[in-house]
Order: sequence, then C-alpha cells, then structure tokens
Amino acid sequence: MNGRKALVGALSIAVAGALSGAAFAQQPPIKIGLLATLEGPFAAGGADGMRGAELALKQKNGMAGGRQIVIIKASSDAKPDVAVNATRKLVEQDKVDIMVGPLSGGEGIAVKEYSKTQPTITFINGSSGAQATTLVDPSPNFFRFNTEGAQWMVGLGKATLAKGYKRAMVIAEDYAFPYSQVQGFMSEYCRLGGKVPVKAWVPLGGKDYSSVIARIPKDVDALVVVLGGADAVNFLNQYEAAGGDKPLVGGSITVSQDILNYKGKRRDSLVGTIAGAPIADAYDAPEFKAFVADYQKNYPVSAGGYPSPSLFALVYYINMKAALDGLDAVNGDLSGGQAKYREALAKMTLKTPVGDVKLDGNRQAIGTTFITEVVKDAQGNLFNKVLSKVDGVDQLLGMKKEDFKIGSRDEPSCP
Amino acid sequence: MTRNARWIWAAVLGLPLLAFACWGIWDNERLFFVTLLNGLTLASLYFIVASGFTLVFGLMRNVNLAHGSLYLLGGYVGYFVAEWSGYYVLALAVGFLAAALVGLVMQVAVFRFMQGEELRQTMVTIGLSIVMADLMLWIVSAQVHQMSAPDWLLGPIRDLPIIRAYSKFRISLLVIGVIIGVLLWLFLNRTRVGMMIRAGVDDRAMLAATGVNVNLVFAITFAIGAGLAGFGGVIGAVELSMVPGEDVRLLLACLIVVIVGGMGSVVGAAIGATILGVAETFGLAYTPTYSVVFTFVILVLVLAFRPRGILGRPA
Repeated sequence: MNGRKALVGALSIAVAGALSGAAFAQQPPIKIGLLATLEGPFAAGGADGMRGAELALKQKNGMAGGRQIVIIKASSDAKPDVAVNATRKLVEQDKVDIMVGPLSGGEGIAVKEYSKTQPTITFINGSSGAQATTLVDPSPNFFRFNTEGAQWMVGLGKATLAKGYKRAMVIAEDYAFPYSQVQGFMSEYCRLGGKVPVKAWVPLGGKDYSSVIARIPKDVDALVVVLGGADAVNFLNQYEAAGGDKPLVGGSITVSQDILNYKGKRRDSLVGTIAGAPIADAYDAPEFKAFVADYQKNYPVSAGGYPSPSLFALVYYINMKAALDGLDAVNGDLSGGQAKYREALAKMTLKTPVGDVKLDGNRQAIGTTFITEVVKDAQGNLFNKVLSKVDGVDQLLGMKKEDFKIGSRDEPSCP
Repeated sequence: MTRNARWIWAAVLGLPLLAFACWGIWDNERLFFVTLLNGLTLASLYFIVASGFTLVFGLMRNVNLAHGSLYLLGGYVGYFVAEWSGYYVLALAVGFLAAALVGLVMQVAVFRFMQGEELRQTMVTIGLSIVMADLMLWIVSAQVHQMSAPDWLLGPIRDLPIIRAYSKFRISLLVIGVIIGVLLWLFLNRTRVGMMIRAGVDDRAMLAATGVNVNLVFAITFAIGAGLAGFGGVIGAVELSMVPGEDVRLLLACLIVVIVGGMGSVVGAAIGATILGVAETFGLAYTPTYSVVFTFVILVLVLAFRPRGILGRPA
C-alpha cells in the first residue's frame, strides 16, 4: 500500500510542477491539498468527493481571492494512519497552504490531531463525519463546514416509528462515524419508545456479512444498516441471497448515489428504505437544482459521474467552496499564519446548495438534515425523495450539554 | 512427534473447541450451523485462490505478491464478460484464461530472466501488483462492481432442516471448491505434467538434469496458479464484489492460508483455508468486535509450534 501511495504522490508532484510552471500571475498560486479515499471500501465515494471539490474550483474558474489556485491530490484508504501520512506528505513535502480532507470518520479525528502540530496551515474537513472530531478536544485550525454523522440522523428515529418499526437491529461498521450515526438515530428513537435489542458492530471493509445475517433475530421489525461503500453493497446482496426480507432503515451513506448506482442488477430491494442525510437527490430548492445541473454537465454519466451527485460530492463541494469563499473574503491574504483567513472562515455564513451554514464555537457546521425515502423513477434509476427537512441542526442535536453523551459501541442503549 | 504428544495436543486444542461447539449448538443451533456453513463456503473461495499461490511457490520458490492483482483482474474480466454475454460459466472460463494469460506473460517475459533470485522476483511482483492495481483503477474506475449470480443460483434455498434458508450461490461455492480440489489432485497425481511439477517441488536441479524442459513446466504452473486466482476473482465478484483494494485483502488471506497450511502444499492450502474461513466467520458471529484477533491468534500459534505450517516441509 505504501508503494502505491508513493506512486500517487510522485504523480501529483509532477502534475503540480507542470501546473505551477504554466501559471505566471504576479503572485504565486495558492496550493490546496485535497485528500480523499481512492482505495479501499470508499473508493467510489472518494472519487465523487474529488469531483465535488473540483467543481467548486471550476465554478470560480480556478481563481479565488484574486490568485490562481492549484489543487494537489492525495489518496488514502479510509485508515487513519494512511490519511495522516498522506496529509503529512501534502503539508510538509508539497507545502500546501490549505488542506481539504479527509473522507472518513476515523481519518478525520486523526487529521484533526495532526493539524495541531501545523498551526500555520488551515485544515478544512472533506466529508468525515465523526462527532469527536470537533466535539472532543477541538483543534483551533480545523474547520468543518458539513454537519456530521449524528446531525445527519436527526428526525430518522421519529420517521422509523412512524413506519411502525418498534424494534430494530443495528448493523454498523465498527469505527467513529457509525458510532455517531447510531447515536444520532438511537438518542431520538429510544426517547420516543423504540427498542434496539441487538447491535452488531462489524469491521470496516469486512466484506463477508453472512455471520451477521445469521444473527438477525426473528422478532425485530426492521434493520438499521449503517454501512458505506462496498460494505453496503455486499451486505444488501448477501442479505437478499440469504432470503432476508426485513425492511431497511439506512445510514446517511448507505443509500447515497454511489450505492444506488453500483454496477450490478439487484437494487430494487432498496426501494422504500428511509434514511437521514445532508442531501436528498430530489430536493427542489433552486440552489440545489443548479448544483445538480452543474455536476451533471461537468461529470456526465458517460464520464464516470453519477446520475445525481452523491453525498460525498456535495459535502466535499461545500467544504472546498468554504475554503475558496474564505480566500475571496480576505483577497487571498494568508499572511500572519493565516490569522485573517481563519477569522473570515469562522464568521462566514456559507451559501450551500442545501441552505446556509454557520459554524459554532468549535468550528463545526450548524445546518440542514433531510429525511429521505428511496424511490424508483420512470427510467429505473433509484433516487432519494424528501420526506421531511430539519433546519439549524446543531452538534448537540438540540440537547442540553449535560444530557448529551457522545456515541460509542454501548452508548446509547435501549434493549 | 510421539504418539502421546499428539494425543496431548489434540486434547489441548480439541477439547475447548468441542466444548464451544456443544455450547453453540445448545445455545442456538441455527446460528451455529449457518455459521459453520458460512465458514466452509468462505474457506472454499480462499482455497481456490490460495491453491494457485501455493502451487507457484512450491515449484518456483517465487512468492508472487501480484497474486491479488490477478484475482482482481479475473473478477473484472468475469464481470464484463457476464454483462456482455449473460453466461456465468463463460465468465468463469474467461476469467480463468485472462488471468492465466497474464500469469504466463509474467513468467515468460519477466521471471525467466531472474530465475533463482528469489528476493528480486518478490520485489518485482510487488511492483507489478502496484502497476496492475493502478491500471485497473484507471480503466474500470473505483466504482463497486457487483456481478449478479446467474438466475439458477439466485436467491435462497428454502425449507432446509435447522438452518431454514441458505443462499444457493454460497452452496455452489462449496461445490466448486471441492471440484477444483479434486481436479488439482488428479492433475498433480495422475498426469505427466503433474508428476513433473511434483518432482520439481522436491528437487528442481534433478528434474532439469533428467532432460525435462523446466521452463515449460514453470510456465504451465504459473499459468495455472494465476488462472486459479482469476477463477476465484469471478466467484468473488459475485459474493464479495470487486473494488480497488480487494487485491491486497485477498493476498493477505492467501498469505495467511499458506503460512498456516504450509508453503507449497495444496492439501495444506485446503487445511489452512478451512481454518481461516471457519475462524473468521465464527469470530464475526460470536464476538463481532474482536473477530480479527482470531485470525492472528491462529497465525501466532502455528508459527510458534509449527513454523513451516501444518503440512510444510523444509525447502
């Protein structure tokens, strides 16, 4: 794996060299490091995240704050140590001014810790959604303009009960992001009287779910599946092949476009799955429609894009847009250890395709969550329609600070 | 090992396992038998891929770290063939042939020029695996490719005793694994080429001295080993889906299988695959959080007490 990373690194240096040679503006270009997972279980999501980030720069014609912007890419494979190494390489070797990334929850916590050792660089999240990144021991130079895993599930507990699912089994990957998602779901679901008799935490990238499927008790009404990328695809297929027929409730990345469009036939069993997410494919606000149209124009399906941008594309777009809007606000001035730039970021009201986003005191976004349901359109494409929408969701999910407990394997619990 | 020592070891390892099995059946017999079946079917996939790996190692002392890439290649080729033709069996055949062909080219164009230089060969295979993985990422993108099982293997078999329903495709894995195992055994023990391969495993120099074209034997072995990886890839594309990174995962599984079973032994690969597959699935079913530990406990135990693997012999 290290060899592969080195190769990607060498390529990106070559690309960066070529680009910076071509640019002859008065001021040197600003370098932005872009990190996403092009390998491992979230390879497809990572590729779409890169598309989203690039789209934000394309919309500004490659310029921000009056200066040329150069993106230097790196890849990880959803493992925290790999993400930190890739970030370290971008910061220390390629000397980027601003970092955007990483993609996955555990990676986000690790990169946040690393950011403390590089106080002169500004770190902006990619799409990682673990609560702890900004909630526990936050870093003064790490910003997250997307809402996180628990925030994305607000409203889903209520919607699940409304469907009549009173007992549910949770199947989730065993790392920080699904802990957050399950906490977001269960804190509401349990409070309203739902029961979760069994939780199965499976390893990320585990692939073979037959054992977990064998453990599903007969007396649950639904399965809450918080798996992403290849894991979700494998689970769904194996569950169907094993004769499973319980309805599903999805995590935010379980029914994202990258899953709904995986290469294969059997997707219809997903129809009717409800989920909570920061994106809903059929959201009809003009800003979102414009974003989707721009994505479709730049990344048509024939060129590897999805029929509609995935969660990763949107969230990377939002964070990259924040980085660029911040540069506009200070006219590209990164002097004084980027102090002005950071102040601008912290105070900014960011216009995103899904509404305005503001940051709280921990530099964590307060924003909108959608409750969605998978439906099939006339062409046979699956997409998420909006069931409901909650604005202004903060990181404590509207709870008091003393009542709020961060998600873990055992927290919350209501067997 | 004396007879008594054997009995003691059997008791030390066997009794706790027996106790666990009794408890498992008493506690929830359906879960226990489904998990056992899951373990054996997963083992079957591991065996198919690892048998090729161990075959190549046994004869050429070449640790082919590009074996995982051949698995990925077979999977992608199988996926596109199945999509184009609609025939699963054809996909299996083409997946095997494509990987075998690439393996043959690797042997003839690369490894022939570094015969006997084991470290150099190993390093080159690492390089090849990186190049192949990136080429495949470039060509087929990072999207998850989930091949559909053919209609006659789709869905579950219902109304089974105890376990109720079980995936048809997974059962087919077990059947294919046994068939491959029997065919390999017949090939190695009943054919002339197989005899040469076995002779080569025991003493390459002597085999060459008897006038056998060793290069040809090497090429055939490498092609078969690579082909088995590709064949496994097509099966894996249905059951586990294909995505960049699978190559490394399967390579690691192969390494564990041959280290546990013994490098160079096909029967060892079967034993190693069974142990690994069953341990992984039981771990996931009964202690999901710590399932990874079992794999490595097995590895530690084997390396501590039988450093050459269960059926390994000195090189």
